[in-house]
This record gives sequence, structure tokens and C-alpha cells, in this order.
Amino acid sequence: MRPTTVMRMMTNDEDLAEAAAAGDGVAFGSLLDRHYDRLFAFCFRLTGSRSEAEDLTQDICAALPAKLASYQRRAKVTTWLYRVAVNAAHDRRRKRATYTKATEGWGDWEINRTAANQETDAQLDWLTVAMNQLGDDLRDTLALVLDDMTHAQAADVLGISEGTVSWRISEAKKMLRAIKQKEDMT
Amino acid sequence: MTDDLDDLKSMMADATPRPDAARRAENLALAQRNFDALQGSQGDARPTAGTGPKGLWTGVKTMMNAMTSKGGLTATTALVACGFLILTPQGQGLLRPPSPPQITMTEFDGTLRGPVVTETAVGEMQTADDAPVSAVREETALKTPATDLAFENSSDTAEAMASDAAPQLSASPLIDALEVAPPAPQDEIAESIASTTTRMRVAGQVAPTEAMPTAPAAVTPKDDYRVAPTPDTEAFANADSNPLQITAETPVSTFSIDVDTASYAVVRSSLMRGQLPPSEAVRIEELINYFPYDYAAPDTNEAPFRPTVSTFQTPWNADTQLVHIALQGQMPAIADRSPLNLVFLIDTSGSMDDPAKLPLLKQSFRLMLDQLRPEDEVAIVEYAGSAGQVLAPTAASERTTILRAIQSLGAGGSTNGQGGLEQAYSVAEGMAENGEVSRIILATDGDFNVGLSDPSALTDFIADKRETGTYLSVLGFGRGNLDDATMQALAQNGNGTAAYIDTLSEAQKVLVDQLSGALFPIAGDVKVQVEFNSAQIAEYRLIGYETRALRREDFNNDAVDAGELGAGHSVTAIYEVTPVGSPAQLSDPLRYAPAATVAGSDELGFLKLRYKAPGEAVSQLIQTPIRQAGGPDSEANFATAVAGFGQLLRNPQYLGDWGYDEAIALAAANRGEDAFGYRTEAVQLMRLAQSLSE
Repeated sequence: MRPTTVMRMMTNDEDLAEAAAAGDGVAFGSLLDRHYDRLFAFCFRLTGSRSEAEDLTQDICAALPAKLASYQRRAKVTTWLYRVAVNAAHDRRRKRATYTKATEGWGDWEINRTAANQETDAQLDWLTVAMNQLGDDLRDTLALVLDDMTHAQAADVLGISEGTVSWRISEAKKMLRAIKQKEDMT
Repeated sequence: MTDDLDDLKSMMADATPRPDAARRAENLALAQRNFDALQGSQGDARPTAGTGPKGLWTGVKTMMNAMTSKGGLTATTALVACGFLILTPQGQGLLRPPSPPQITMTEFDGTLRGPVVTETAVGEMQTADDAPVSAVREETALKTPATDLAFENSSDTAEAMASDAAPQLSASPLIDALEVAPPAPQDEIAESIASTTTRMRVAGQVAPTEAMPTAPAAVTPKDDYRVAPTPDTEAFANADSNPLQITAETPVSTFSIDVDTASYAVVRSSLMRGQLPPSEAVRIEELINYFPYDYAAPDTNEAPFRPTVSTFQTPWNADTQLVHIALQGQMPAIADRSPLNLVFLIDTSGSMDDPAKLPLLKQSFRLMLDQLRPEDEVAIVEYAGSAGQVLAPTAASERTTILRAIQSLGAGGSTNGQGGLEQAYSVAEGMAENGEVSRIILATDGDFNVGLSDPSALTDFIADKRETGTYLSVLGFGRGNLDDATMQALAQNGNGTAAYIDTLSEAQKVLVDQLSGALFPIAGDVKVQVEFNSAQIAEYRLIGYETRALRREDFNNDAVDAGELGAGHSVTAIYEVTPVGSPAQLSDPLRYAPAATVAGSDELGFLKLRYKAPGEAVSQLIQTPIRQAGGPDSEANFATAVAGFGQLLRNPQYLGDWGYDEAIALAAANRGEDAFGYRTEAVQLMRLAQSLSE
């Protein structure tokens, strides 16, 4: 009657999400298992700190069952999942802002990192500084595009127009280039 | 341009750490828990839009889910402050109307000490309630009312807090515990007061209405003073109500019998607290099968049980019929039963420290002890902080030793039952000799931390042990933490029964009056399959048995487990059928349907039963056609009234105008002999439910 685990492996995300929305716990479990790592990586991109990313992922996991109700078949599961993640990150930042620690995420990283390679270190520093200087909007957009999303998909996730995404990306690029130039000069 | 991004991308990919494996597992588990909790609270994912109370609930859940640890902590700290106001004795004194004198369970000791416990004794208990508090007190009962109350309340708090069902957001246990709290503290206070007063009103209402020997209000004095916890952490096993089936499409209906009674007791306990039971707590077949019925018993050389089928008009629908299928198990001569090996596996974790739990359990086992023979053996294993064997296998004749061991049980500590269940099984296996029946009786308030934490591993373990001939029955005590779903799963897999003990009279029913049925199986894996004749029956609907549905092909598969029938047990199943051409038919006939094949047959359907004799692996078949016959006797009428009552509590969509008045009249008129007063009590519960539903 119920699809077996083997069959599940073949099932696409959208079928799984629909089954989960209808109350199938196994479907929900395998869907989340399938996407957890990618979700975590995305959370890291959004927050810039491992511990923040872990916490954000936890928030999302906790809220996801209730959010399932909002899942609509016509959306791709990844799109929907990223939308949930971006919203959760927003919520988190808003709460953080009240503690006046708005940019702590990428700052923490500086303290926490234990990278061995000197050269990587330098690159990471650059990444930290660069990401920190971008505003939240640009960072979110960049995080999506860096995850192989097209501008159209990113627009869908963020609920903005494709043109805005393209504009934000070019803004981000401009800023990154400026940062780079500044560094090269020093 | 693109190069910038590509660089950044590869840099980012290098920088991105792997998710922490432990956190990953934790988060996945958290999500699954929340998912399950959400399913439970919504009923089994009905595809309707979130409206009314369900939508509200989802909203609350979503809000709780969206709350992060800090927000949650802030919100809930305030709430807990209010909670302490309600839950501490001092705070309560301010909030509560004056309560009747505190009565601890131990006061019943004196009354029940007598050698024979009869209905009269229960009647006496009623009077004992009115007696001053200075009744007989025992060494364990030397608690002042004030301390008792404190205990009670602290355990309530713990129950309310230690919630699995509520969404949890943070790894910190403190915050987990706090997340449970409902939205507005003021509301909670108001609700507590309201529910307390409701309960007082209800209690006042029950006692005088009818002189009933078993008036449960009198037996559960706790209800009169207790601020009941919201049953947030309770999990019930249930599924959507069986839908109407169209005979031409699905002519065959298959299910396993169910002789559990837990659902009835849970319903009763809710009603006695002045609340309608949650609809998922109502399993109609368990309500019906709670009552003993006087069906025709099989002859000695026949199969171990006899099926009786009767059909009659549906009380709630003039155009449909009920097919009433009754199985009556034979009652083997009790005198020559084989010796029994009983292992009591008792939860003594801190949450059991509640008058309705451990003390009631001790009383219950005392009652049961009187039913045992000298050659029977009893062992006791407890699981809690101090897990271990409390009583080595002891002959039932050594009454004092056993009584002392029961009395020594004390609740305390966290539940750390590593190996509790394994130990019980190994003790049981050590006791078993040829021809003896071994059974583990697990008594708990819902904490199934018996050594195997994974529920599926637990049921697998029990199913595996079932093959060795050791059965497992589960007794549930207390409300608030009751894990009915796990209880059901364990008992079903352990070839045992699940019962919920809320009062001493229920303990008497389960452990004294119906002990032999509960302990001596006469037929195993009893499955029922009915094939309806589409030439006669257009539509049918099985009332209840949602959690016992089997697939059609499982009927002939002896490897598929099903319910056990105990000595003297009776099982009732009721179908509502719509004859062909009846105006009550809900679906239109198909224009292109193949012509009915056996139009000449006047049979309504064909009943097939499979069962295994105890200890055998191959099933036997009983079959009989269902004909238009019989007509209702008082037994069938009473079962019908209970079926109607169950539907009123659960989902009255098929009942039309038929309501509590009709159910009460039908049940009251068909109480029959009712030697133990169960049916009278049922009528009383229907009246309670009626006033609560208005």
C-alpha cells in the first residue's frame, strides 16, 4: 500500500513534500534528510558562522512541519525550502538587532576559525570582510546565486523581481571589486 | 565579472563547514517530533482547510515554532511565574473555591481489606468518602493534606512541562520544558478556575441523580479538588473514521478483533473531569467491547468461540440496517487452568507519585492477588532510578511476602530503566515450565523508557519475545502523560491487552472480574473478513476498528498478527449497511456497472473468521453466510447504543438527528441484568456527555 523505502529513493522532492503535507511522517523524514546538508550550507552562507548556521538550521527544522501546510505543489521544494530559510534568517537577524549585535555573525567567525592554511586564511579573511560589508539584502541574494540558483529562481525565493536580483548581484560585484581594489592597494 | 563570482563561489565552498553530525541528527529528530506532534493534534491530516479550532491550533503551533530560544524564554518565564501562582499550594488557596476534604487512596485500605470485595464494598467506599479524613491511615499515608497537594501539583507541573507533543526549539532542556506553555497566562488561570468549578458542578450532579452502587464520582475523590493538567502530552492511537464503502468497488472488509478497553476508561476519565474526551481518544470498538455481553457460548467440542450474526434496522437511519457480528469465547473451567506466571513490571519513576498512580496500582494488585491460586507465581521488577527485581519469583501462597514487596514500592528518581523490560522477560522465561502461561504486566503512567528508547525497536523486541510464549499486557495509570499510542502498540505486539485504570472499580473489573479472560488466551490472531453481496448491499460502513484494519490479503497470511481472544471474552463488530434501492444510498449507482452476478442469492454477505489455537502457527477457518435474520435482542441493542454514543463523541456525521437522548434511551432500556453495574455507568456517562456537549 505505502511506498517502500526503496521506492522512496526514486520519488521526487515534490511528491515527498506533498505526501508529508498530507501527514506522511516517513516522507517528511526522508525529504529533510535529503536536503539537510544543502540547507545547512545555505544557512552558513546567510550567517557566516558555523554555530549561527547550526542554530538557524535548528530553527528551520523545528518550524518546518508547521510550514509544510504552506507548501504548494507548483513550487520546487528547494525554492520553498530556501524561502523558509531566508525568512527564518530574517527573523533571527531582527531579534539579534534588538541586542545590537546585527553583524556579529561574520565577526564571530574571525574568532572561531581554526583554518590551518595561511593562504586560505587570508582568503577567508577577505571573504569575512567582504560579506560583512554587504548589506543583508545583498548577502541573501548572493548566497542564493552562489548556490547555483538562476536569478529567476532567486527572485522567486526572495519574492522580488528578477531585475532586482540582477541589480543586487551587480551591486554586490561592484562592492566586492571595490573591496578587492582597496586591499590590493594596501 | 563572472570571474569574481566564481572565485567567491569556490572560496565560499571551501569555507563552508560540514554540518555537525550530532546536531544534524538532533535537528532531524526535532523536526520529526514536531511533525508527529502536529499530526497528532490535527487528527490524521484531513485535507480540509485550516478552519475553526484546528486553524487556531495550527496558528499557535506555528507561533511556538517560530519563537526562538530567547523569545521563548522571555515569554515563557512570565508564564511560569503565573504557573507557580496557580500550582503552588499557597497560590492555589487564593485561586480555588474551597475544596472538599482531601482523601488519599490509602483510606480505602480499611474498607477493602475484607476478604471479598463486592459491589457492596464499593458502595461502602462511597460512604467512606463522607467520613472525616481521620479514617484508617497507614504508615505510607502519613502525609498531611497540604503535602499531598504539593506533591500532586509538582507532578502536574512536571507533566505539563515534560512535553513531547509540544514543539521544541532549543537543545536546552529548560527551554524545552518551558516551550509547552499555552499562549496567555491569564487565560490559563481563568481556565483552571473554570474547569475546577465545572468539575465541582459535575461531581455534584452525578451523585444524587441515581442511586448507583458504582457511581464513579464517589470512587474518584481526586477529581473534586484537583486542577487537572491540560492533557497536552497525551498521545492517542487513532485513524480517520472508517469511510463509507461502495460494495461494488470494495466488497471485502477485513479487520482484527480488539478486546482492549483502554479507550472507554479514558473517555470516562475525561467525562468525569468535566471535559468531553478528545475525539482521537475515542475508539468505538473499545467502547463497545468494554462491556460483557451475554452472547450464545460455544459448545465444548466446537471451535473456541462462536460467531452470531443478526441484522436489524439502524436506530439512527430508518433506511439502513445494522449487521451485528458477535463472537463469544468459551469459558474453560477455571478450576483446571494451568498455573500462571506473572511478572509485574512497574514504573516507579517520580511521576508515578500521584494518588491516581502508584497507590492505586498497589491497591489494584492487592485485589488481583486474591484471585491467584497457591501454585501461581509472582515476581516484581521495577524500573526507575533503582531498576531491578523487587521480588524474586514467589508462590502466590506466600501472601505476606508479596504484599510487603508491593507495599515497599516507592516512586522517586528519574526513569532510568535500562534493561527493565529485558529483565522482566528473562525473569518470566526463568519461571516458565511446560504448559504454564507466562505474562508480563507492565504498569506505567506513560513513561515507556523501559531500556529500549527507540519505539520501533521496542515493538520489535516485544514481537520477538511473543514467539517465546511470554505475553505482555499494559496497564495505564493517571492522566496527563498517558501515551495511549505506545500502550496500544506494545500490547498489540505482545499479544496482550491494554487497559487504562482510572478508578479502583476499573481495577476490579480488569484485574478481578475479567482476570481469566485477560490472562488466558483461547484463540490467537483472530481476524474477521466480511464479503458483502453487491446484489443486496449497495454501501456499507464498519463502525470503529480503524486502528485494526487489515489488508484483504492479510486475512489468509498467518504471519500477520491480529488480536487475541481471552477466555470468556466477547467481541462485537457492527456494520451499517445500505440495501440496494434504499433511499439512504449516498452514492449513485454506476450506469456502466457489470450486472450483479449472484442476483438470485438472498445472502447479504459472507463472514469468514480465522484464528489460531493457542501456541499453534497454522490458522483455522470458520465461515458462515450473513442472512437477513435475527432482529435485535437487548445485547445487540445495548452494543448499538454504545456504538452511537461513540460516534456522537467522535464524528456524528452519519447519525442525522439521532442524539444523546436517543442513545441514552436505547442504552437505558437494554441494560439487561448488568450484575456489575457497567451498563448503568455507561448510561450515566452518556448523560454527562450530553450536558457537557450542550
